[in-house]
Amino acid sequence: MTSPGFSPTGIRFENIEKRYGGLAALRRIRLEIAPGECVALAGRNGSGKTTLLRIAAGLVKPSSGELTFPSSSKVSRGAQATAPHGKNAAGFVAHATMVYDELTAEENLLLFAKLQQTPGTAARVDKLLHEVGLYERRASLVRTFSRGMRQRVAIARALLHEPSILLLDEPSTGLDPQGVAWLAGALRDLRDRGCTMLMSLHGESEISMLATRAIRLDAGMIVADTSTGAEVRSILTFADA
Amino acid sequence: MSLLSSTNALLGKELRTEFRSRELLTTTVVFILMVIVLFSFTFDPTYTESRRFGPGLLWLAFLFAASLMLQPCFLREQNNDTLSALRLSVSDPFAIFLAKLIANTVFLLFTELLMLPIFSILYNVPVLRVFGPLFVVFFLGSLGVSIAGTALSAISAQARLRELLLPLLLLPLLTPVLVASTQVTLGLLDASPYVEWKGIGFLVAFDAVFLTALWLFGEYLLEE
Repeated sequence: MTSPGFSPTGIRFENIEKRYGGLAALRRIRLEIAPGECVALAGRNGSGKTTLLRIAAGLVKPSSGELTFPSSSKVSRGAQATAPHGKNAAGFVAHATMVYDELTAEENLLLFAKLQQTPGTAARVDKLLHEVGLYERRASLVRTFSRGMRQRVAIARALLHEPSILLLDEPSTGLDPQGVAWLAGALRDLRDRGCTMLMSLHGESEISMLATRAIRLDAGMIVADTSTGAEVRSILTFADA
Repeated sequence: MSLLSSTNALLGKELRTEFRSRELLTTTVVFILMVIVLFSFTFDPTYTESRRFGPGLLWLAFLFAASLMLQPCFLREQNNDTLSALRLSVSDPFAIFLAKLIANTVFLLFTELLMLPIFSILYNVPVLRVFGPLFVVFFLGSLGVSIAGTALSAISAQARLRELLLPLLLLPLLTPVLVASTQVTLGLLDASPYVEWKGIGFLVAFDAVFLTALWLFGEYLLEE
């Protein structure tokens, strides 16, 4: 991943609540993620991690509260949002690949680049295919790919518009150790270039080692939030406990 | 411009994936063929009966085939959560609907035109002399079916019992299209063909109203 650095953008959740009928998936979430920070979300299944990420991506509307994307300069002044939703600011990688099996890797990326009106579409797609190591297989249908290769296409899709925020929902699900190692390397590179990352994880892995801050959710509430090295590891290690 | 370019890109995707998998076209062609052939063999209609009942049979077959074809329209976007990727990428969500309904209209029209000669031979109904007006009514009817069906497919894809829900919602809603299309086709296949302009006008109005409603409210159908 050799692209230049990202324009730093953070995420601010102001009293975010999400209810599905009578069920509260998130309760009054107040959270500020600084530009360039790499934050891991931990917690049991159903604790609200995915909902929080999908709200940040702009896929789910919160029942109440406000989501803003302050830039680094504005954060220091305590200023307002840079964007009303995450569409332009964030790239989203879920455990579903979010790409079409019946299209080739190149066709998938070209399609999403056109929809996002990415400048220099073909060149950008070629560059990303090189970076994720799929250039030689660019003309193969995605359905012929292994889980790890599909996840590479998913990462490339999320990075097409050079987002300053990357949201990852259990990105290592189904990956073999080599796949996890590649993903960890790619994410480390993005983090080092200033990309803000918010990712949900299950347990400790090479990917969780990248986190500089860990947040634990339980029943839709933040029950732990730390940036201290040992405590970060502790939260991530016992996330499912 | 953004709506047009997004629709164009998405339409290319819809056509490419269908011509690779051929899931929808195969299902619809086989279904309509079976209905036409079985009805012909079972009732062995006379020349007069064919002209009287043929158009209704043809449009019923088109309608049921369309309900089969429209079912996977949004369902297959759920396999890899590609609908979320589309929602994150397009600036106007109407482009997603527009591309899907154009693709569905093309597939349905293609199937109808493929079946027309078979219908003509089996039921001994000449269609060549009225092919122009027949194409217009096929287009308007298919467009109406696709507009309403694409919207309902987006709704039913998120519901439980989704396989049951789409036909249950779609068939009553499309009854006016079925009646109007059948009336116009009946006139065109008459011994002295004539154009039922009232039916054509109704189909144009139905398409315009439902397309406008989809443009105004379509975004809400995609929300989680």
